[in-house]
Amino acid sequence: MLRDSDRIFTNLYGLHDWRLAGARARGDWNGTKELLAKGRDWIIDEMKNSGLRGRGGAGFPTGVKWSFMPKTEGPRPHYLVVNADEGEPGTCKDREMMRFDPHKLVEGCLIAGFAIGAHTGYIYIRGEFIREAQHLEFAIEEARAAGLIGKNACGSGWDFDVHVHRGAGAYICGEESALIESLEGKKGQPRLKPPFPAGVGLYGCPTTVNNVESIAVAPTILRRGASWFSGLGKPNNTGTKVFCISGHVNKPCNVEEEMGIPLKELIEKHAGGVRGGWDNLLAIIPGGSSVPMLNKAQCEDVTMDFDALRAMRSGLGTAAVIVMDRSTDLVRGIARLSKFYWHESCGQCTPCREGTGWMARMMQRMVTGDAELSEIDLLEEVTRQVEGHTICALGDAAAWPIQGLIRTFRPELERRIKERQDKTQAA
Amino acid sequence: MSSNSHEPESFAFNAEMLEKAKGYIARYPAGRQQSAVMPLLDLAQRQEGWVSRAAMEVIAEMLDMAPIRVEEVATFYTMYNRKPVGKFHVQVCTNLPCMLRGSDDVVAAAKAALGVGFGEMTSDGLFTLSEVECLGACVNAPMMQINDDYYEDLDAGSTKTVLDALKRGETPKPGPQNGRQFSCAAGGPSTLTELTFQTEKA
Repeated sequence: MLRDSDRIFTNLYGLHDWRLAGARARGDWNGTKELLAKGRDWIIDEMKNSGLRGRGGAGFPTGVKWSFMPKTEGPRPHYLVVNADEGEPGTCKDREMMRFDPHKLVEGCLIAGFAIGAHTGYIYIRGEFIREAQHLEFAIEEARAAGLIGKNACGSGWDFDVHVHRGAGAYICGEESALIESLEGKKGQPRLKPPFPAGVGLYGCPTTVNNVESIAVAPTILRRGASWFSGLGKPNNTGTKVFCISGHVNKPCNVEEEMGIPLKELIEKHAGGVRGGWDNLLAIIPGGSSVPMLNKAQCEDVTMDFDALRAMRSGLGTAAVIVMDRSTDLVRGIARLSKFYWHESCGQCTPCREGTGWMARMMQRMVTGDAELSEIDLLEEVTRQVEGHTICALGDAAAWPIQGLIRTFRPELERRIKERQDKTQAA
Repeated sequence: MSSNSHEPESFAFNAEMLEKAKGYIARYPAGRQQSAVMPLLDLAQRQEGWVSRAAMEVIAEMLDMAPIRVEEVATFYTMYNRKPVGKFHVQVCTNLPCMLRGSDDVVAAAKAALGVGFGEMTSDGLFTLSEVECLGACVNAPMMQINDDYYEDLDAGSTKTVLDALKRGETPKPGPQNGRQFSCAAGGPSTLTELTFQTEKA
């Protein structure tokens, strides 16, 4: 188990003062000027060497992403944008970082902004996180008043300011180009890529978009060294990660653990085990609603990291572990997710706009078995028509849980249909 | 059929909101004031409880936007209410992690306590009940948002307790309703127990 001294989010549970004095006592803003004095190349190399992979779901190496920004500022200013639009069902980690460790994020913004040559950062926080936004605003004001950000931030000679921008209830704005559109004051509809944000992002300028956790861990990584971070976890899946364990466990919680911790150990050590015991487990969604679920056999030995879960045809995603015991109506659960994606489709691409509604309606009928057996294949076919045919990944995310359900639990779908047919014939 | 009878003739930000609006506009580069459309819609809603057509026109004028562009934004994002809502907007999450922890019971308790269904307002104008998608508090499920606050770790009983308190004019304490320390495991943390910090005051 990870030692407390290797944990980054030392106020994850809000037991301590989240304001500047408390943050400083926990080591935030310690020697920031000296870190910046080592220069952009050192910072980016150190981030690359740490092996940190983006914590928003895709797992792209953060240092590499930073290196994509133009080396010198041209006529177009550079921007840092923090994706705090946390809304992937199951995920609730960025919320705790922002309300209880906001200075880690603000300090990370300065360091990342400096490294990518940006003087301005925006933190795009989901609109419902009102109290969390207030904590962030407070922390930013404290940092400004203390000279930690603003003109000549930390005495480094670099000017940097950061602002909070609240969303207003659109899941799709967690997609980085939709987020940028939204930040520009438009509907949050994803852009075609390329061009990528590093070339053409906010206001058409070079932009780096990072998840809250990716930015908030950067100061600690730089202070303790890339080798400290890369020494934790597994090769290509390094460091620590905040996991969100929800659903049918005895003690749902957030916890920071080492990457690559076995899923079973994570649940038993920190979440009090599966309700009714491990043998009562039915299935787990290991990385937020958009990744396919694992059945119990798959959960036995799998480790919680990008590569191991990918090998299982699932994914680490946001590391939001949704546990379902044998009492779960899995078909209803996946139907609920289908309704979610239908609600959240931005309507730009036809396969997603029409397909999510189709899938949600068909899934609703699968719940009661009000379907023909052949419609299972038809549903599968519809998911294939949506998957890969849209600008952003929301279409894929809507398709995968259904594909996972059909792949893993097809007999249950058939049972419901037959049961209903038998009842209808009997009547 | 939609009626426009609830739409007021005019709208104006009060002095406090206008000051805040200027602060938001200043957060964005010159010429990019359209970025402030979301915070300004939020301010209008905080002032009036919802976003009227008249408010959108004022915002369009302030940001030098075509009114249709403001309306596009106001209708795209679910948090902007395009018609009046109750003094307390009760939003119950029914997404999967909440469903697994008993959001059906929370929904039933809220409907019973308020006597309305989803999308409806109580006749005294005190409550509007809505079903919402994931609010990002999944390890504290099931939960509901009431105005600016989250009420978490609910069951039927605590849902009723919270709503009854609001009816009496009290402000129930937000957060977990079962005594938990935020997202820490019930009964105490399995981590972060070995650390002490130097000069801390709560």
